Amino acid sequence: MSMKSFPKPSELAVPAGAEGWEKLYPYYLTFQESLKDEEDAKFWFCDSQHWPTVFKPFETIGGEFAVKCLGQYNARHLMIPNANGIEFRIHLGYLYMSPIPVPEEQIAARVPLFEERVGHYFANWNEKLAQWHTKVRGTITEMESLGFAKLPDLVPMADILSGKAKDGSEVLLENYDRLIQLAYQNWQYHFEFLNLGYIAYLDFFNFAKAVFPNIPDQSIATMVQGVDMELFRPDDELKELAALAVELGLQPSFTNTDDAAATLAGLAAVPGGERWLARYEEAKDPWFNFTVGNGFYGHDKYWYEYQEIPLGYIADYIRRLDDGQEIMRPKEALIAEKERIIEEYRELLDADNQAVFDAKRGLAATAYPYVENHNFYIEHWTMGVFWRKIRELSRMLHAEGFWNGPDDLLYLSRNEVRDALFDLVTGWGVGAKAPIGPIYWPEEIERRRIIVDALKTARPQPALNTPPESITEPFTRMLWGITTEQVEQWLGAGEAVEGGGLRGMAASPGIVEGRARVIHGSDQLAEVQQGEILVATVTAPSWGPIFGKIKATVTDIGGMMSHAAIVCREYGLPAVTGTGSASTTITTGQWLRVNGTKGTVEILDHPPVSGPGAHSHTHGEQIDA
Amino acid sequence: MKSNSYIQFFDGGIEPTLDNLGGKGASLVTMTEAGMPVPPGFVVTTAEFDAFMTAAGIADKIAARLKGLDPEDVAEVDRLSEAIRTDICSRPIPEELRELTRSAYESLMSRFEAPVPVAVRSSATAEDLPDASFAGQQDTYLWLEGFDSVGEHIRRCWASLYTSRAIIYRLKNNIPDAGLSMAVVVQKMVNSKVAGVAMTLDPATGDRSKITIDSSYGVGEMVVSGQVTPDNIQLDKVTLALIHESLGTKHAELVPDAASHCLVEREVDESRRSVRSLTDTELAAVARMAKRAEKHYKCPQDIEWALDADLPDGENLLLLQSRPETVHSSKPATAPTPIVTGGYAATFGFTPKLPA
Repeated sequence: MSMKSFPKPSELAVPAGAEGWEKLYPYYLTFQESLKDEEDAKFWFCDSQHWPTVFKPFETIGGEFAVKCLGQYNARHLMIPNANGIEFRIHLGYLYMSPIPVPEEQIAARVPLFEERVGHYFANWNEKLAQWHTKVRGTITEMESLGFAKLPDLVPMADILSGKAKDGSEVLLENYDRLIQLAYQNWQYHFEFLNLGYIAYLDFFNFAKAVFPNIPDQSIATMVQGVDMELFRPDDELKELAALAVELGLQPSFTNTDDAAATLAGLAAVPGGERWLARYEEAKDPWFNFTVGNGFYGHDKYWYEYQEIPLGYIADYIRRLDDGQEIMRPKEALIAEKERIIEEYRELLDADNQAVFDAKRGLAATAYPYVENHNFYIEHWTMGVFWRKIRELSRMLHAEGFWNGPDDLLYLSRNEVRDALFDLVTGWGVGAKAPIGPIYWPEEIERRRIIVDALKTARPQPALNTPPESITEPFTRMLWGITTEQVEQWLGAGEAVEGGGLRGMAASPGIVEGRARVIHGSDQLAEVQQGEILVATVTAPSWGPIFGKIKATVTDIGGMMSHAAIVCREYGLPAVTGTGSASTTITTGQWLRVNGTKGTVEILDHPPVSGPGAHSHTHGEQIDA
Repeated sequence: MKSNSYIQFFDGGIEPTLDNLGGKGASLVTMTEAGMPVPPGFVVTTAEFDAFMTAAGIADKIAARLKGLDPEDVAEVDRLSEAIRTDICSRPIPEELRELTRSAYESLMSRFEAPVPVAVRSSATAEDLPDASFAGQQDTYLWLEGFDSVGEHIRRCWASLYTSRAIIYRLKNNIPDAGLSMAVVVQKMVNSKVAGVAMTLDPATGDRSKITIDSSYGVGEMVVSGQVTPDNIQLDKVTLALIHESLGTKHAELVPDAASHCLVEREVDESRRSVRSLTDTELAAVARMAKRAEKHYKCPQDIEWALDADLPDGENLLLLQSRPETVHSSKPATAPTPIVTGGYAATFGFTPKLPA
C-alpha cells in the first residue's frame, strides 16, 4: 500500500478574505518560502486539542510559551535520549507541530545525563513538587500585584521632593514586561514536572505492554491515575454548594442565576443565606479561577468574572438533587475497581516481574497525578489572572482611544503591544494632543479582524505533508494521541465515515446509545440535555458539570490522557477520543452508539428526511464487521 | 425437591465429598457452587448404592466369586464380570430409594418447559477404579428419556464397578472390595445452540493477561475438531476489554436431534455467518466463567462451554469441561522467566543498567 499524504501547506487554499494572513503573526511562526523543501519534508500535525480556533495575534503567546517550554525540558533540562522538543508553526491561523528526533549517534551520550537528571527528580519528588507549588503561587501572587493604571496629568509633587526623577510611565512598561515574563516563568515551571510525569507513565506503559502484549491503554491509565484529583475540585465545590443549598432549603433563591448579582443579593437576604454565602466565598478562592475554555484564549470566560456560570451549574445540581439523583462521583467504587485491576494484573506476573511492576507502577502513580493536577494551577489559575490583567491593560488603552472594542488588544502581537505602550507614554510624556495609536490601530484592527474571521471559516487539516512510517516520539503519542494508527485512520477517514461510523481511541470503556449533541464551544454548553452524547472538537476541564448529565463523549482530538478521556473514566462514561472529524461529521439529534471499549462511534440514525429526493439510510450498520 | 443423603443436586448447597459423590459427582457439585455452571442435574450418592447392595444381599456372594481369582486369567475374569453385572442389574431397587430418585428426576425435569433428555454417568470414588473414570470414559448413557430408562441405567452404572478392567485393576493394586461403592450422575443433555472453547491465556504467546475464545454455532465438536472456522475473540483478562476479534465463516453446525438421538449437521445461513455467534453479554459471561475456572483450579485453564437452548438467557451458559492448559503451562522451566526491564528502551531509545 502506498503511503498517502496530507496536503502540503502551500496546497491549502487561503479562505477568501484572509489574504495576507501571514503578517498577523511574527515571522518565525509561519512557514518560510526559503525553507520550503525542508519544511515540506517534515510531518506536521495540528494541535487543535489545545488550539481549536484561529489565533488572534496576541493569543500566540500561549502556544509559543507552552510548546517552547515543553521542548526545553526534553532537549536542555532532562536530555531525553531520543527526543528533542517540538517545532511549531502557525498556518492559516492554526498551530502545527513537528517533533524533533535526536540523531541516532547522539543518543548514547545523553543517556547518563538523562539518568542523572531524571533520577534526581524521582528521588526527591515530594520535596521538589512542594517547591513547585511555592514557585507557581509566588508567580501568581506577583502577577496579581501588577496594575495598568491611567497615567496622571502631572508628576506628583512628592516625586519632585524626593528626587525620584521618573514620570511613572516606566512602571507601566515594566509591569507589561513583567506580566509577560511571569507568564513565561509559570510556563517553564509547568513543564518542570509534566515531562517527568509522562516519562514515569511511559516507562510503566512500555513495561506493561511488554509483559502483557496488547494490554489496553485504558488499563494502564487506570492503574496510575488518581481518582480524587485537583482537576475535579472546582466541580466538586459546586456540588457541595448545591448540597448545602438543598440542606438549607435555599432552592427558591436559584431561579434566575443568569443574574448573578441579584441571585447573590437575594441569598444574603434569606435565612441560611449568610452561611451559604460564606461557604461560597471560601470556594471562590482559588477554585473559581477556572475557565470555561482551556486558558489559551483571550475570550475565555473565568468563573470569577462570570459567576452566572458556576451559579447556573449549582442551580442545575440543586434540581438534580431535588429529583433524587446522585451527583457525587462514585469515588469509592472507582478506587475499589482501580485496586482490583492493579492486583489482578500483578498476580499474573512471577515474583521478579512483580517487583519491577511495583517499582514502575509506584513511580508512575507518584509522578502521574501531576499531569492531571497541574492544569488547575497553570491553565486555569495563572492564565486566568494573566488574561484578567491583559483585559485591564486593553481597557486602559481603549479608554485612551487606541481601539474601538475594549478587548481589541488581542489583535496586536505581544511585541506590538509594547510599541503601543511606548506610543502612549511618548504622546503623554511630551504633552502632545494624542498618541499616534488612536489614528493607526482602529483601522488596522478592523483589517485584521476580517482576516481572522475569514480564517475561522476553514477547519484545520489534521496534519500536513507525508507522515513517517511510524510515530515513536513519546510525548506526541501520549499527549496528542498521534499514533501511527491514528494517522492512518485520518488518512482513511473518508472511507471510514462511509459505513456510518467513526473510529477513534478507546478512551473510556462501555457501550451506550443516545442522541448526539454537537458542541463547538463552551458558549453552547447550556444546550446539552440530560442523557445526550456530547460530541465536541475537544473538551475542557471546566465542562465538568455537564459530565454528570451526559451518557458518553466523542471528541475530534485527544489521546488516552486528554481531558475528555480522564473525566469520562472518572465518571464511568464511555468515551471515544481523537476521531478526527466527529464534530463535523455528526449532527445534533443523530442517534449514536458509542463503544468506548472498541473506540467506535456508529451513527445509527439520520434525521428524518422528507420531500422530494428523500432517501432511506441503512440503520444500525456495524462498522467493525 | 431438596438434597438428602441419597440424592444430591449439583446446586443443592451441600458440601460435596468424594466418598458420597465419587470423583465426577463431587467435581460437578464443586463447579456449580464455584460459579461454573455445568449442565444441571443431581448425583445418586454412594449411600443409595450401599443401601441397594444391602437390600439385594449379594455382597457376600460377589466376594466369594472373586476370591482367589487370577488377574491374568482374562477369560475367567470376563466370565465372572458378566455374571456379577447381570446379577446386579436384575435386582430391584428398594421402593423407597426408587421413589426418592424418581422425584429427583421429576424435580430436574420441572426446570424446563418440557421434559429433556438426560445423560447418566458413573462416578467412582478415587481408589476403586482406574484413572479412566475421571476422564469420563467410564459408563455414560446418553439421550435417556423417562424415569424408567433412567433408573435402569443407574443400575448399569452400579454394575460397572465389576467390569473386567475394574476387577483386574483392583486385584493388581491390592485394593480390597470391602467398602467399594459407586455414585451415579444424572445430568441434562446439553442442547447447545452456540459452543466453543476458551483459554485463560493467549495460546500464541502464553500471555496470561488474555482470554482467548473460539465460538461457533451448534455443539462444540466442530470447533474442537477444526471442521469450521469459528469466531475468534481475545479479551483482556482483567478488564474484559476486547483486544481483537475475527469473524469465522462458521459455515456449518452440528445440532442435537432429539428424535434420532444423534447430532445432525446443517448449513448455517448467511445472516448468522456474518455476525458474531456471541453477543457482548454472552462473551463477557464466557470470559468470566473461564476466569472463575482458572481461579478455582489455580492454573491456566482450557474450557469447553456451551449456550443451552433449553435454559433462559443469563442462565444458559454451561461449562462442559475445564482442564489445565498444557502447552504453555507445562513448558519445562529451563530458564527463569526473563525480568522485563522494558520501559526506557522502548520509550527513550536506550536500555538502562540493571539494578544490582
